[in-house]
Amino acid sequence: MAYENSVVKKFCVVAALFLTLLANVARGETIFVTLEKDNALAIVDAASAKLINTVKVGQRPRGIVLSQDQRYLYIATSDDNTIQIVDTSSYQVVGTLPSGENPETFALDPGGRFLYVSNEDDNLVTVVDVKQREIVKQVPVGVEPEGIDVSPDNRWVVSASETTNMIHWIDREKLEIIDNTLVDPRPRGVTFSTDSQQLWLTSEIAGNVTVIDVPSRRIVEKIDFKIPGVSAEKIQPVGLKVDADKQWAYVALGPANRVAIIDAKAFKVKGYLLVGQRVWNLAFSPDQKRLYTTNGVSNDISIIDLERHKVLKSVAVGRSPWGIAVKP
Amino acid sequence: MSKSKKKLSYCLLALLNLVSSSVLLASESELEIVYFVQGKAIPPALSNLDPIIHDSGLQGVKLGIADNNTTGRFTGQKFRLKTAVVPFNADVVVPFRKLVASGHQHFVTNLSASALLRLTETAETQALFFYDIATIDDQLRQEKCLPNVVHLRPSRAMRGDALAQYMLKKRWRNWFMVVGPAQADRFYANALRRAAKRYGMQIVKEKAWEHTHDARRTAQSEIPVFTQGIDYDILIVADEAGLFGEYFTYRTWIPRPIAGSQGLTPTSWHRTHEQWGAVQLQNRFKKLSGRWMTEEDYGGWLAVRAIGEAATRQHSLEFEKIRAYILSDDFALAGFKGKKLTFRRWSGQLRQPVLLAAARSMVAVAPLDGFLHPRNQLDTLGFDEPESACKS
Repeated sequence: MAYENSVVKKFCVVAALFLTLLANVARGETIFVTLEKDNALAIVDAASAKLINTVKVGQRPRGIVLSQDQRYLYIATSDDNTIQIVDTSSYQVVGTLPSGENPETFALDPGGRFLYVSNEDDNLVTVVDVKQREIVKQVPVGVEPEGIDVSPDNRWVVSASETTNMIHWIDREKLEIIDNTLVDPRPRGVTFSTDSQQLWLTSEIAGNVTVIDVPSRRIVEKIDFKIPGVSAEKIQPVGLKVDADKQWAYVALGPANRVAIIDAKAFKVKGYLLVGQRVWNLAFSPDQKRLYTTNGVSNDISIIDLERHKVLKSVAVGRSPWGIAVKP
Repeated sequence: MSKSKKKLSYCLLALLNLVSSSVLLASESELEIVYFVQGKAIPPALSNLDPIIHDSGLQGVKLGIADNNTTGRFTGQKFRLKTAVVPFNADVVVPFRKLVASGHQHFVTNLSASALLRLTETAETQALFFYDIATIDDQLRQEKCLPNVVHLRPSRAMRGDALAQYMLKKRWRNWFMVVGPAQADRFYANALRRAAKRYGMQIVKEKAWEHTHDARRTAQSEIPVFTQGIDYDILIVADEAGLFGEYFTYRTWIPRPIAGSQGLTPTSWHRTHEQWGAVQLQNRFKKLSGRWMTEEDYGGWLAVRAIGEAATRQHSLEFEKIRAYILSDDFALAGFKGKKLTFRRWSGQLRQPVLLAAARSMVAVAPLDGFLHPRNQLDTLGFDEPESACKS
């Protein structure tokens, strides 16, 4: 028995080494997926579309962001009330950041120094200095803050509160709310366009996307979805992404199991891509030629070719995939 | 002080009072919502497992007020709670009249159907709005429907339809129905019969449970005999007070599942519910109250949130604006059940998904996929517009 055990152990060590090696030599990018119900991080090689490793992290991992130097992942481990720092080559948890209670989603400022964290149970946005590993400030916002983003020009932090139904405009310098915009019920994802001129957001219960002109902070467009054979109630937009050229926007439609393709110049829906069940969050590949989706109920991720607008593959990753980050 | 001076000062004082109370209740930026509750007769405790909850409803209302005020920070609106507790068996009308006289217009009521009827009769001509978080009576949504009342909990008919949709999906068509002696149980059974007919179920046998004693020690011998000689797919129990229904599980003559008021239960809220961000509401509620959220709490939270949502969208705390918005097509309440919640214009019933919950797992959420409706899938549950008997 003891002999067998040691053999197994040796095999495991070798296998682990091999897998780590494989991970390092794999061409192309690496996809990191938080598994909310497995308390783990799934690591997928994008080129081969294979799950190469799963490592344990803290409890109920959700939001995930890559550090600017790409050496670390920041992972909101909501039930541990902290953000864990995971090394992107060893996959080890190497530290924690204070985050306020129950962190869910967060955004990194363009300089890579500050994290802005939504604390959904306390109606706060917590600003964390990544270098000093300390909380700089907590800004009270509406009920259940969820989506959060920093404008690429560093002027704004916006926080969407799901039950208050507002976008809060936080001045990044002063860290104070300057303005609030009332939006449709249950705002979820928010994202700035690369030129910082537009803010795109999803409303889960209204089932639509709102586009706000940033300089005037006025709503300029609302985009609705209609999918043949899918009831309107199933269309619950959550995560969204706008590409660097503001040519296309992509919206995860939750239990409609589809990603909507929007012509971001004309604000018109161009089509729908069938992905996994309850599609949740989205991430671009660094060259923006592919889009990755987490599918919370079917426990997989989908890989979408953006040049042809085709779903290439789905990869099983583990229970309740939530957040997604891509390392070049 | 001379007599006339005294009179003048009283008069001034009264005027001041009037001014201050109107400022308090109907000012631009503040609104006081009444939570009106009457004590209930505590049912006999047949189990020591669950503590008796004395503030069911109140804690939900409190959370709603807190949520409204968080939003109110950005809109300059403030919400306050006025709690009125009427003892069991005491008259509800006198305290109600006082509240109306002091300018209150929004009443979240946790009252029996008859007490609610008394209030609405009293208030017939007044600009008041009632948010009923207690009753599930179909009559109050049909023949005896009330003007200026919205109902936050799903009616018995909605619950029956939710259950029947799931039974049809499972093809458990043959029901054995056991009905308790209380009037509420008969109403529950009526709703189940209606649902059975709508969804093509067969009630192969119906029996009345008349044993009035505590069956904790005798269930093992009584229930097998009671259920002997009947062939069915599922036993449907109507026992709203929970006096005997629990004893059927594992004790029936043939092995069959239980649903209805016990077993697989249709409900508006349950501790196993975690989808659509429900965990967030569960967490916030537990933090506030130290216990799980009840159906009354969920109703109370929804009622206050409906007022808050209307006030935010209308940029106003004016009574008529709020009332009109709540009943308008623009109104949409997010209630952590994946669909926008709205009110049925014909009955004041809140449209909402009904959860089908077992003790420790969420089994399904109705309306189920495949049950279609020309306008709103949620209207597959309960009395739809063409079936409405509401005339008010």
